[in-house]
Amino acid sequence: MKRLLGFINKEVFHILRDPRTLAILFGIPVIQMLLFGFAITNEIKDAKIAILDLSHDQTSEKLTNKIISTGYFQLDRYLSAASDIDAVFREGNVRMVLVFEPNFGQKFVKEGKASVQLIADASEPNTANLLVNYTQGIIFDFVRLENAAGGVSPGITTEVRMAYNPGLKGVFMFVPGIMAMLLILISALMTSISITREKEMGTMEVLLVSPLRPFQIILGKVLPYVLLSIINAILILLVAKLVFGVPVMGSIALLMLECTLYIMVSLSLGILISTLVKTQQVAMMISLVGLMLPTILLSGFIYPIENMPLPLQGLCQIMPPRWFIAILKEIMLKGNGFAYIWKETLVLVAMTVIFISISVKKFKIRLA
Amino acid sequence: MRTIGYILQKEFKQIFRNKAMLPIIFIMPIIQLIIIVNAATYELKNTALYIVDLDRTVVSRELVSHFSGSPFFKIKAYSASMAEAEEAMQQGKADAILQLPGGLEKDLVKGESLQIQLVVNAINGTTAGLTNAYTQAAIQQFNRSLIMKNPGGKIAVTAKEILVPYSFWYNPELNYKAFMVPGILVILVTVVSLILSGMNIVREKEIGTIEQINVTPIRKTQFIIGKLLPFLIIALFELAFGLTVGKLVFGIPMVGSLWLVFMSAIIYVFVILGMGLLLSSLSDTQQQAMFISFFFMIIFILMSGLFTAVENMPVWAQELNRINPIAYFIRIMRMILLKGSGFMDILRELVALMIIGITVFTMAVWRYKKTN
Amino acid sequence: MSEAKKVIEVKDLVKRFGNFVANDHLNFDVYEGEIFGFLGANGAGKTTAIRILCGLSSPTSGLVSVAGYDVYKEADKIKKEIGYMSQKFSLYEDLSIRENIRFYGGIYGLSSAVIKESTRTLLEKLQLWEKRDTMIGSLPLGWRQKLAFSVAILHKPRIVFLDEPTGGVDPITRRQFWELIHEAARGGITVFVTTHYMDEAEYCDRATIMTEGRIVALDHPSALKKQYNADSMNDVFLKLARNKETA
Repeated sequence: MKRLLGFINKEVFHILRDPRTLAILFGIPVIQMLLFGFAITNEIKDAKIAILDLSHDQTSEKLTNKIISTGYFQLDRYLSAASDIDAVFREGNVRMVLVFEPNFGQKFVKEGKASVQLIADASEPNTANLLVNYTQGIIFDFVRLENAAGGVSPGITTEVRMAYNPGLKGVFMFVPGIMAMLLILISALMTSISITREKEMGTMEVLLVSPLRPFQIILGKVLPYVLLSIINAILILLVAKLVFGVPVMGSIALLMLECTLYIMVSLSLGILISTLVKTQQVAMMISLVGLMLPTILLSGFIYPIENMPLPLQGLCQIMPPRWFIAILKEIMLKGNGFAYIWKETLVLVAMTVIFISISVKKFKIRLA
Repeated sequence: MRTIGYILQKEFKQIFRNKAMLPIIFIMPIIQLIIIVNAATYELKNTALYIVDLDRTVVSRELVSHFSGSPFFKIKAYSASMAEAEEAMQQGKADAILQLPGGLEKDLVKGESLQIQLVVNAINGTTAGLTNAYTQAAIQQFNRSLIMKNPGGKIAVTAKEILVPYSFWYNPELNYKAFMVPGILVILVTVVSLILSGMNIVREKEIGTIEQINVTPIRKTQFIIGKLLPFLIIALFELAFGLTVGKLVFGIPMVGSLWLVFMSAIIYVFVILGMGLLLSSLSDTQQQAMFISFFFMIIFILMSGLFTAVENMPVWAQELNRINPIAYFIRIMRMILLKGSGFMDILRELVALMIIGITVFTMAVWRYKKTN
Repeated sequence: MSEAKKVIEVKDLVKRFGNFVANDHLNFDVYEGEIFGFLGANGAGKTTAIRILCGLSSPTSGLVSVAGYDVYKEADKIKKEIGYMSQKFSLYEDLSIRENIRFYGGIYGLSSAVIKESTRTLLEKLQLWEKRDTMIGSLPLGWRQKLAFSVAILHKPRIVFLDEPTGGVDPITRRQFWELIHEAARGGITVFVTTHYMDEAEYCDRATIMTEGRIVALDHPSALKKQYNADSMNDVFLKLARNKETA
């Protein structure tokens, strides 16, 4: 035990002595949280649009004002002819063009039927889709109000309640994802590099010859990073709560336990990687390049898993972040307790066990 | 000149002899490309809808039919009460709940307006917004059909309407893949180039071979060119490979000039390699280099407009993007490939890239001294 | 001997790292064609000095000229005239013997014809021609060191700097290595070698002993032995060290 403590001491000093790495280890999560919380959003705001108003009457202007006043859009310019549309899209700033037909107002008021054409630049399909849908909604609303003013029953209206995230803040979606991503990348990366470094430098052999048993060596290597990662997790949660108002509706204790479990998974993944490779360079490439994009894209961080093709959904299930993000959302945003997340928790535990067993086996083979 | 040739020879030999790295450089990015592009989509489908129908009349059932007929919704269950449905949402079974109040048919027949309630799981704000929009559209349809049938006579036939036809240009089927492939390809090529070039030099520092080089008459510029040129070539090759895969597997459009794409790519990779070089001059160990590059990369990638549109970001974030080379290049790629934009259209971005590149390179070369 | 040219001149060389003085007013000259030994315990400042002479590091103060060029302003010109074998490493482990030679030969501006010829001569002499396509990484240390030395003098430099070249090799290999050094010196190359093996000093024409950044002895080995009444250079060193302690 004392030997182990001595070893852990060495590891901690190792880490503390490299100020640059240290600054980055703690700096990354906080800075990135701040950056992404504020910058990453799918909410439409001030999207640039252009209008081709072939009518220029009271009604078309009234409708235009209504559309602009929502804050979703920003009028970039008025076009003069249909031939301008392609050019304005090619410039790359305008995302949608509204075309009011000639005699729009007259047709609407006198004949009761007019049309507005929406042309969206779908090279960014998501934005295009959202813009079209939002605009349609605004126009329908306009019609409803006009009809109501004229004494026509509006029929059915909807009262909408946005559950768990009334402000529709994009941050709520992203905070769990960022946490999952940062924790796994940092943990897996740090551990795999740390162990591989000793292998490359040759000091691993010295350790193996010492009275320390292999599992003690690994434990000693990993424990400091557990501590580090937990501190990171706390930092992230603090920023999320204090700066962005992301709540922790459920039990904080449960939250911390699940975080620790996830950190274990990530670290054991790092250990596994280190048993598979010989050099730091390869360890890094696998940890970073191999994990980063899949973590961002296949974990439910940005894209909902339910929308993916089935075989891909299968792949998502083996990504640890996918389970952790689900757990985070349940606890933080829905306030659910353990009863709702025991399945996910079990999966994470199983993953840890699997990663470690494979690592131990490989480690023994390597030594033999 | 000959010196550079010798350095190149050595570098290429070393790169290709590194058996572990080769698949990582060439195969892993392509596999990731294929898998990931398939994953990225915002199309809303099969939103799990729970209905609380407290009216249960012909009219209410007709309203519901507008949702069951919609491709966006999938009616999972009919709940007896809102409380029951809300528990389902808490458990993650329901994405949205629609409550129809009792007396719906009666009120509509009388010509009165009434309110129904929609509850949406808004953790994902965007899909919630879309769900809301689709719901409104379905209700709209229903309202119009009411007017047509004119059940109570009270609903005037003189109700006005605006038709809103829409069309999507450059990507009529809203093929999200066409949007993602250029972006993901750029990320992959960037990550590989940045890490390889940065690590490479730091590794020589760590092992000590760089000292040997410093003693020879190799000039600083020769060394740098010799070190970076192989990675430029590899990066361009990967780009070409990736674009081919994109075309064959995903059928992405290639409307604009491919020459322009590669010309821009050369400028872009030049910037990235410069960053790798600067990185290597700032780090003593591979571990340090890794963390610094990781730090900047994540920021640049997430802010690049790959996943979330740049226009949606607050102004200060957009200002920050001015020094984000990834953002520029993704924009260039998308504009050329999907819209066929020409040289004049992307001139601004190219100039920005060149400025960043020259700055970074100057800093890096200045920092890299053979004598210290 | 007194007419021989000076290829290295060092006057009052000082190198400071912050408050730590690694080289404290060194003064010495090296003549063309001699084997000059730079001895001392680990940490005495030998590597620091040799790195300055090679142009890898700048002196804090003092005059240093190598091969007739000033180390401050003409470092580039010096590099063409010298060869270097570093302590940590010399040849790329993931390249073959032949590829390493071709690389360094090319770097020093040798034509492909000359490179080909030199490769053959060199490898045959070391009896490694059959192994010309083996990776350096799979060769034993002794061969690697000998190869590294041969590559360092491939371009026939005026001076070759060797920093602890025989670390970790068996005595027989060490002996063979020194034969190579002697051969190079006979060919007119000045050899500047640092080592902490005192017995190797016997092979040098002249040697200095450094302790704690200062030169405490500089002469022919036989003269030093006489001066300190010692049987071997090792004894000379011990006596000097003891003097330091008692002084």
